[in-house]
Amino acid sequence: MTTLQGQAASEYEVKLGRLPTLTGKPTHYCAGCEHGVLTRLVANAIDELGVREKTVLVDSVGCSVFAHDYINTDAVQSPHGRAPAVMTGIKRVRPDLLVFAVQGDGDAVSIGLLELVYAASRGEPITVFLVNNAIYGMTGGQMAPTTPTGMVTTTTPRGRDLIDTGPPLDATKLLAGLEGPSYVKRVFLPVAPMGTTDLYSARGSLEGAKSVLNAFKVQLRGGFSFVEFISTCSVNWKMSVLESKRYSSEVLTKIFPPGLYKDKMGIETK
Amino acid sequence: MRTEKQFVKGNEALALGALKAGMNAYFAYPITPSSEIPETLATEFKSPEYPEFKIFLQAASELEAINMVIGAASTGAKVMTATSGPGFSLKQEGISYGAAMEIPFLVVDVNRAGPGLGNLGPEQSDYFQATKGGGHGGYKNIVLAPNSVQEMAAFPALGFSLAFKHRCPVVILADAFLGQLKEDITFPKIAQEKFETPWAATGARGAERHLIVSLHLDFADQSKHAEHLMSKYEEVGMTEQRSEGYLTSDADVVLVAYGVVSRLCRRAVNELRAKGVRAGLFRPVTLSPFPIKELKSLADRGVRKFVVVELNMGQMVFDVKLAVEGKGSVDFIHKLGGFLPASSDIVSRVEMISR
Repeated sequence: MTTLQGQAASEYEVKLGRLPTLTGKPTHYCAGCEHGVLTRLVANAIDELGVREKTVLVDSVGCSVFAHDYINTDAVQSPHGRAPAVMTGIKRVRPDLLVFAVQGDGDAVSIGLLELVYAASRGEPITVFLVNNAIYGMTGGQMAPTTPTGMVTTTTPRGRDLIDTGPPLDATKLLAGLEGPSYVKRVFLPVAPMGTTDLYSARGSLEGAKSVLNAFKVQLRGGFSFVEFISTCSVNWKMSVLESKRYSSEVLTKIFPPGLYKDKMGIETK
Repeated sequence: MRTEKQFVKGNEALALGALKAGMNAYFAYPITPSSEIPETLATEFKSPEYPEFKIFLQAASELEAINMVIGAASTGAKVMTATSGPGFSLKQEGISYGAAMEIPFLVVDVNRAGPGLGNLGPEQSDYFQATKGGGHGGYKNIVLAPNSVQEMAAFPALGFSLAFKHRCPVVILADAFLGQLKEDITFPKIAQEKFETPWAATGARGAERHLIVSLHLDFADQSKHAEHLMSKYEEVGMTEQRSEGYLTSDADVVLVAYGVVSRLCRRAVNELRAKGVRAGLFRPVTLSPFPIKELKSLADRGVRKFVVVELNMGQMVFDVKLAVEGKGSVDFIHKLGGFLPASSDIVSRVEMISR
């Protein structure tokens, strides 16, 4: 099996080719979307840990509602925003299982914020991957709680207004302020444009791969783990894929700085 | 070791009945007048008497609780939650998903007066919400209506049995009076039922995996799924109707009542008989499926006067009218706001109607 070489390759390998935890079905994600990247990173980590037969995926509502079409594990679909509560129910009954969800920012930070905060506060041994693309993708580009001030969306046609709707809500900071979670991290996932050339860095994917694996390891050791992935939504941002990568890199990372916000078990230093 | 005979509140009896039925998990949110259910369960949690009772967890909201129920039930566990009217409204989201994903669980509604916050007295005004779906989309719950503390204790076992047999949410629709009423009860020695759950999501074995989902974007898929649900509800409708009759065989006028009201009506029937009125009582035990067959057979036999007595604005009247198919008159006696009707009120109204 070949190995993707990158800046972080010495720390972690992403295997190429067909993974047992992928169904092989082509995804419905738009060109340039990070959901597809994360799907592969998740499958990679499950295979790395050899826990496919002990994993239950909880589908959230949004672009990741079809996650079970691509990730080849048992799955339970959750109502909009309720994935952390559904995961709690599964995990409490079956603590031997690896239980995780891929949630969007509308799902997790808006309609499902209560479920996310309380599962995190209880330190529920589950894992939430948050794909933050700063907008409602599946429903066609409405304002999300994470939408930057000034961004034009279908429900903020004159740009998001700070006075009307407040500033973007930072879920990672919010969760890191709680006692309960063991691992809270924010990763910039898109392939990043390097300068003005056609060169791109895959550092985000490699950092993401490592973070997904660490998040699962934290869960298997009994902790709540949360990784937010700064992403893009070129279609609803009305940008080209390249423009969306630049916008994500230049604007979103200022509002939502990547970094390790909490690591109670010291999983990254071991 | 407690004796089998106990003097307990309806809510306590229901909690103990669930434990004796082998309940594995309970997800709580407090609301009056149902809170003795989670309080009793919290007390018994980790008792060596109930080794199957592994999870008691108080949620941050009714929504969180019902979604924890969904997750736990997806693993094939015996799971329950309880609430009252305002909380029952919030539970509807999860009940709709449970119906769609065909997962078995029990929801108890200790009906208080409403709408809105209402008050803490008994009403039966959640009848529509419990029996006609209640959440979005087309589905039907099985709804059981106990009328005594003894049945509050017995119905969780029946509820689990029906929920697992038909893979659907089951609602126990009680009321504030039954929840707070204290009576002597005896726990029957029942073997805890073990249910096969080959559909449960507990980790894929080999190539075979289990998907518990409710999204069917393709019209043909959703249509097939909905038709499957419909035929299941038809089968449940044919096979699970339960009711009780009291002095109906020679009755000219039949009272129709469920829950605590059926107890008052039984007394009213005795008083009416003493006055020479040939009255009887028909008591639906399952509100959904509604016991159409037995009620219709009374109309077919020649009963021409039916009187529905309910603690709401006449929600069961529709089902009674459909069942008797216009063969008899259907009158209606009600009380609202937390009051129960006096049996003397029922007697005088029925005397007037039967004249």
